[in-house]
Amino acid sequence: QVHSNQPVSTFACSVSCLTFHESFLTLLLKMQRIVKPKTQQGRRALEKKEPKVHENTKNTLFLRGGNTSLTITQALKELHTLKKPNATLFSKKNATRPFEDQSTVEFFSSKADCSLFMFGCHSKKRPNNLVIGRLFDGQVLDMAEFGVDKFVSMNSIKTQKTAVGLKPCVVISGDFFEENDDAKRLKNLFIDFFRGENVNKVCLTGLEHVLSVHAVNGKIYIRNYRVLLKKSGSRTPRVELEFMGPSLDLSMRRTRYASDDLFKRALKKPLTAKPKKKKNISRDDLGNKLGRVHMKTQNFEKLQARKLKGLKRKGPAEKKTKKTDTGVAKRRKIDPVS
Amino acid sequence: MADTQTLVDDILQDTKEGKFKSIQVENVELIELDEGNLLASNENKIEVQKFRKNREDILMQSTRDATQSLFNSLWQLPFEQVEGNYIVTLPESKTWLPREKPVPKKKPLTKWQEYAKLKGVLNKKKSRMVWDEVTKKYKPRWGYQRANDDTKEWLIEVPDNADPYEDQFAKRKTAKGERVAKNELQRLRNIARAQKTKVPGIGLTPTEQPSKDHLSKALAVAYKSTASLGKFTEKLRKEKPSKFTGKKRKFEPSIGDLKKEKEKQLHMLDISAKKIPKIDVTKAANRVLREGDEQRSRERPSRKTPKKHKGKSSFTEKKGGGNKKSRGKRKK
Repeated sequence: QVHSNQPVSTFACSVSCLTFHESFLTLLLKMQRIVKPKTQQGRRALEKKEPKVHENTKNTLFLRGGNTSLTITQALKELHTLKKPNATLFSKKNATRPFEDQSTVEFFSSKADCSLFMFGCHSKKRPNNLVIGRLFDGQVLDMAEFGVDKFVSMNSIKTQKTAVGLKPCVVISGDFFEENDDAKRLKNLFIDFFRGENVNKVCLTGLEHVLSVHAVNGKIYIRNYRVLLKKSGSRTPRVELEFMGPSLDLSMRRTRYASDDLFKRALKKPLTAKPKKKKNISRDDLGNKLGRVHMKTQNFEKLQARKLKGLKRKGPAEKKTKKTDTGVAKRRKIDPVS
Repeated sequence: MADTQTLVDDILQDTKEGKFKSIQVENVELIELDEGNLLASNENKIEVQKFRKNREDILMQSTRDATQSLFNSLWQLPFEQVEGNYIVTLPESKTWLPREKPVPKKKPLTKWQEYAKLKGVLNKKKSRMVWDEVTKKYKPRWGYQRANDDTKEWLIEVPDNADPYEDQFAKRKTAKGERVAKNELQRLRNIARAQKTKVPGIGLTPTEQPSKDHLSKALAVAYKSTASLGKFTEKLRKEKPSKFTGKKRKFEPSIGDLKKEKEKQLHMLDISAKKIPKIDVTKAANRVLREGDEQRSRERPSRKTPKKHKGKSSFTEKKGGGNKKSRGKRKK
């Protein structure tokens, strides 16, 4: 039987309690946003979106602004192909300004389950504008705006490209990124954006793609190369690079970074993710495993030293001369075969 | 053997002559590596004058150096061969990158889970398929097209004590509906308890055989469910005040009945003078029992399902004894 321990309500307890329950429950469902999925596929999709200890790979959302130029659309398309399958490209234009109003970006990201975004637009004041950003908990964490000065498309360079979906080696160069905290945050943003999947193991032949971000003289140069492994005298091969892929020359414009405490909150790692260290285990030089056993203080005057079974064991000499009841020493059984 | 020897000689000769380019990198100190992320941070300065003349080459050169040092360290990592490919285990990444969603909070246990933990109830896994006698097939234990489905019977015997005009099929259907509603309510109550929000009292769930307690509660709810919250609802002549309504604690007035006050004070003095502790025996007994339960549940190794012993269990193992024919060497 079910009894509610809450204070008596003003609702009538009528005969049709069932229908009342249903209507109340649907209202409660909507208020609490408790969605019970009806299919296994729906349930799995919801489970994928909820926060986890070990997270999924970050998806990227490529957005177009109210007005875009050819370079911007090309840049968005090509970076989208580089980041496949962890990327979604919206084909329609959305007249928003991320630096003024973040709600549109946040809404799209929550729907598409993306935590990184790249927004491209074009205007007279800010020609060929590109905004790279990331989100935490459905809110914009960091944003950085760049202007594309020069863009070289993948299609214009007739070389073989790398396979889709490989994890790239990211190279970030330039002492500009160590100058101040803002630059460090920008470096962190670039790493987060271009990183790809978070993997434990890598196949050595699958390291084909190199993405480099250089900061020289206030400008940022993004290049993509394909790795060619040449013979060297030793096991490790000699690396030669072949220019493939899109190249972007960016000049820095506005930035908006999250406050330190919000960033710290986003960096927090769950305790279960860390492997627990086993204490009290050490090894000596011979490779023996040692540990410490802690004893209570023993009163040596009152130690139990009598009737200890371990001390009862008789020596080998005593065993042989043990006599039976008849007084004759037992003869050893002789095996008939031997 | 001779072939491999000549091959080795060739390679050594080539390296001496410098046919192979070296894998050494200049200025390795300023290249920070994070193998876990396949990241190389090159802090070498790029001369602006040179850069202006030959941009792409300098960029490629710098990238090549960084990639070479990264690959050098990657090739040193422990590897394993899987299907002819070398797979390398990467160490943990050094750069701290922010998460995309906050750390998940621990969900509080539901009422049943708490009770099960206390009593040590194990979750015995049941098989999904069950033999259905009617259709002579294996069918799922629950869900769509389940075996032994109560609601799908075409013939129900009317029990002796039941009303002959009662619709037994409808009765079963409504019973099922009530069970579903009850389950749904309890699920939501668990969620509400987890979120620490109050579920407004809806009244009482329908039960087949309401107890005296249940009826009196239903009566109290009905009494109050008017527009003026029970202010003008008439009571029967001998009806006692409901124990489910009214104030939870009653405080007597501090001044008024002198006789009562005197009695109370004297009674208090008597108790304090006696020096016999006043113990509620039932309460104490229940507390001891609960403590015992809690301790046992803590000591017991937490195991959700009972361990399955595959193959020979430890009971059937014979240690010495028996007529064992020792094949081969006899173990001493």
